[in-house]
Amino acid sequence: MKFERKDLLGLEELSRGEIEFILETAGSFVEISERPIKKVPVLRGLTVVNLFSEPSTRTRISFELAEKRLSADTVNITASSSSVVKGETLKDTAKNIEAMNIDMLVVRHNAPGAPHYLADVLHCPVINAGDGPHEHPTQALLDLLTVKQKRGTFEGLNVTIIGDILHSRVARSDIWGFTKLGAAVTVCGPPTLIPPDIESTGVTVSYDLEEVIPRSDILMLLRIQTERLKECFFPSIREYSDFFGLDSAKLERAKPDVLIMHPGPLNRGVEITPEVADGPRSVILDQVRYGLAVRMAVLYLLSGGELKSEDSD
Amino acid sequence: MTKREKAQIMDSDDIARAITRIAHQILERNRGASDLILVGIRTRGAPLAERIAKSMESIEGSEIPVGILDITLYRDDLQLVSKQPVVGKTDIPAGVDGKVVVLIDDVLFTGRTIRAAMDEIMDFGRPKGMQLAVLIDRGHREVPIRADYVGKNVPTSAKEIISVALKEHDGADKVSVEELVQ
Amino acid sequence: MKTLIKGGRVVDPSQDLDQISDVLIEDGVVAQIAGSIDAGDATVVDANGLVVCPGLIDMHVHLREPGREDEETIATGARAAIAGGFTSIACMPNTEPVIEGDEGVKFVLAKAQDANLARVYPVAAISKGLKGETLAEIGTAMKAGAVGVSDDGRPVESSALMRRTLEYVKMSGGPVFAHCEDLSLSAGGVMNEGRMSTLLGLKGMPPESESVMVARDIMLTGLTRSRLHVCHVSTGRSFSFIKDGKTSGVDVTCEVTPHHFALTDEAVRTYDTNAKMNPPLRSERDMGAVRQALRSGLVDAIATDHAPHSTEEKDQEFNSAPFGVVGLETALGLACTCLYHEGIVSLSALIRLMSTNPAGILGLTQGTLKQGSPGDVTVFDPDREWTVDPARFQSKSRNSPFSDWKLKGRAVSVIVGGRVLLRDGELS
Repeated sequence: MKFERKDLLGLEELSRGEIEFILETAGSFVEISERPIKKVPVLRGLTVVNLFSEPSTRTRISFELAEKRLSADTVNITASSSSVVKGETLKDTAKNIEAMNIDMLVVRHNAPGAPHYLADVLHCPVINAGDGPHEHPTQALLDLLTVKQKRGTFEGLNVTIIGDILHSRVARSDIWGFTKLGAAVTVCGPPTLIPPDIESTGVTVSYDLEEVIPRSDILMLLRIQTERLKECFFPSIREYSDFFGLDSAKLERAKPDVLIMHPGPLNRGVEITPEVADGPRSVILDQVRYGLAVRMAVLYLLSGGELKSEDSD
Repeated sequence: MTKREKAQIMDSDDIARAITRIAHQILERNRGASDLILVGIRTRGAPLAERIAKSMESIEGSEIPVGILDITLYRDDLQLVSKQPVVGKTDIPAGVDGKVVVLIDDVLFTGRTIRAAMDEIMDFGRPKGMQLAVLIDRGHREVPIRADYVGKNVPTSAKEIISVALKEHDGADKVSVEELVQ
Repeated sequence: MKTLIKGGRVVDPSQDLDQISDVLIEDGVVAQIAGSIDAGDATVVDANGLVVCPGLIDMHVHLREPGREDEETIATGARAAIAGGFTSIACMPNTEPVIEGDEGVKFVLAKAQDANLARVYPVAAISKGLKGETLAEIGTAMKAGAVGVSDDGRPVESSALMRRTLEYVKMSGGPVFAHCEDLSLSAGGVMNEGRMSTLLGLKGMPPESESVMVARDIMLTGLTRSRLHVCHVSTGRSFSFIKDGKTSGVDVTCEVTPHHFALTDEAVRTYDTNAKMNPPLRSERDMGAVRQALRSGLVDAIATDHAPHSTEEKDQEFNSAPFGVVGLETALGLACTCLYHEGIVSLSALIRLMSTNPAGILGLTQGTLKQGSPGDVTVFDPDREWTVDPARFQSKSRNSPFSDWKLKGRAVSVIVGGRVLLRDGELS
């Protein structure tokens, strides 16, 4: 099997085989970060641009570290320093990037479809590092790798994603990833934050966290943005935490081997209490660790040259 | 294009004998097995390393550490191939500092794989020495590398293919010369 | 000056006509329809094997002049209309400045006269500057030649102002064109709310944001005993309210656009900004409802909501691109392909939807080939196959979601007041 795509834009379009192949490759990259010299020469001489038009710390750092550990030269363009905020159009941004003759682009953008637009006009591979509420493929891949490393298989697992599903790119990518690999996914949150027709993706909807906890193998908590309060999606943080926050009391009814996951950054005391986040069932820091391996794997797989007919191997 | 076998050059017994001989040579040259690590290069160097280690253990009576090296990320031709080759896991058991690392591969050809393997080993530490054992040396070196232990020297033309089959991967032990036919 | 259209199949729903005849236009009006008329010194248009009907009327277009002449002018819009088979168009007032009062109306009429192509009828603003606050000079505008009033693109949010408008416009006789949308429900939306918006992570506008306003406006029309024309209806629920209104005697008419009967929100899947318009492309179910309403005769008119936008404006991320698609040059082809050839409407019903009814709603004397009516005629071939190529549009803009579509049905000749402006597919 080989990875035949130019870009990584989302998990919706990936087949089960492609996802499994990325995870397998990522598995080989885990060990590199444990070496005394955490660097391999595979992307030596290649330039990777990280274009982040939306604030992000952990995803950007994870990508940057992955790039550096693969020996790539990296440039970061962030919202505060790029002309995206000065009203430059995406098209001009794309043209400027193209003129710099870079080898790969990692893009975070608040508009869904922006990475697809760039992938269309740019010759270099484009990696979606989150486009609005649409997809965040590398996050879902690292979630999948974490579960694979901890559990070995996805078949028969009950994955529950809790919180603001409506505005979550992580939820969408996770839904595609977990269902394609054979897990059953439940989304749980206040009805105002469940997107319309989400059942059509094959998930079950629940408004009752206490009811779904006992049958869940994975509890994936999403960050709740306090701005949603102003938009009347729920009445108060206190009420949200009461119904959908994960604390020790609710966790008592969970399976003993349940995995607690969170894409970060955490709102301690809102969607998750500190003792749960730091407790024995939490794999939140493993997610960060595997995130690096997944991003190294994706960068490696997409760094192949143009398809050539005389291709050997 | 398909491959056609021109000649078989080693059978299962030949391979077993070569492995035993290499095991003896390694022990002789290093005056025992202390400080040795055998590192097989994926894919077929890995089972060869296991076999040589087993042979050495039966002679010496002590356990020999064996590692596996995947050199894909150190290849010098990655920008030339269209899609990236599969990356396997690398597993080097203990630290390599102060040890003698014996690299093991099935076929020594251009020498570029060994160059990559040496680079990768260096990223794991500073071994006291590095040696190279191969089952087949077919010539046509492109870099100044030579093997310390060779199972069999096979003069070939550049167009020919040396096919090494090992039980662990291919179901049977055999080395043959093949050529491409239209 | 005489023009003779020879040998065509004359279909005129206004007089239940469907027969092979010649049509003679003299001094700008229809003079005679008969089996065979001697050409004499008349300009002859060969219509053999083609359909001859009262000139098509698009009662809902945006011409961008004044303000955005880079996207469309009154002249280029009128030219695109001719190329698409339309002899008359009604343009909406959301220009810069807004078309209101007699000044705005006279400006449009003068520009249209200069262009001397398709007839252009302005629709004037309901509220000053389309701000939805106070009434614009509706009476003056209607007196100057406006065919109706509308705040199109920006619904009248205040129910009280809508009531006043419906009442006040009665003295001028024109209809109120309603763009029905509850802005608080659709706020921030860029596409239809549903499965597709969920998958794409784009903010949706629920179909109900249209339907609740349709219900309100119909109730207010009943209250005021006025006339309401509901623009670009896109949801099944809206049709239920319209049907209910019509049944209970409210004077309400409605139009649908070709894109709402030809496409669903599936077209947004690739983030194609040419599939972004308001009201948005709806679900399969709602598109089915639009077609069913056409089939049942509930729909009064097909109108394009022709909304030109520059390539620059459309060539950006979906959220930032403006709403709207061009439609003048694809409407007839789409209507033939998706409705007539699909057996949803007959040829006569199609012509009623695209000519006779729009004329009635706008209060025009066109829409018929009765003797003495304006000599506006469209000659088209419902079976002609062609491929949509926006690069060849007469419109200044290219924002069509139908690029590369193979259509069956196209205008061949267009006559306005006896003048042949399109002959055998070529603009004169």
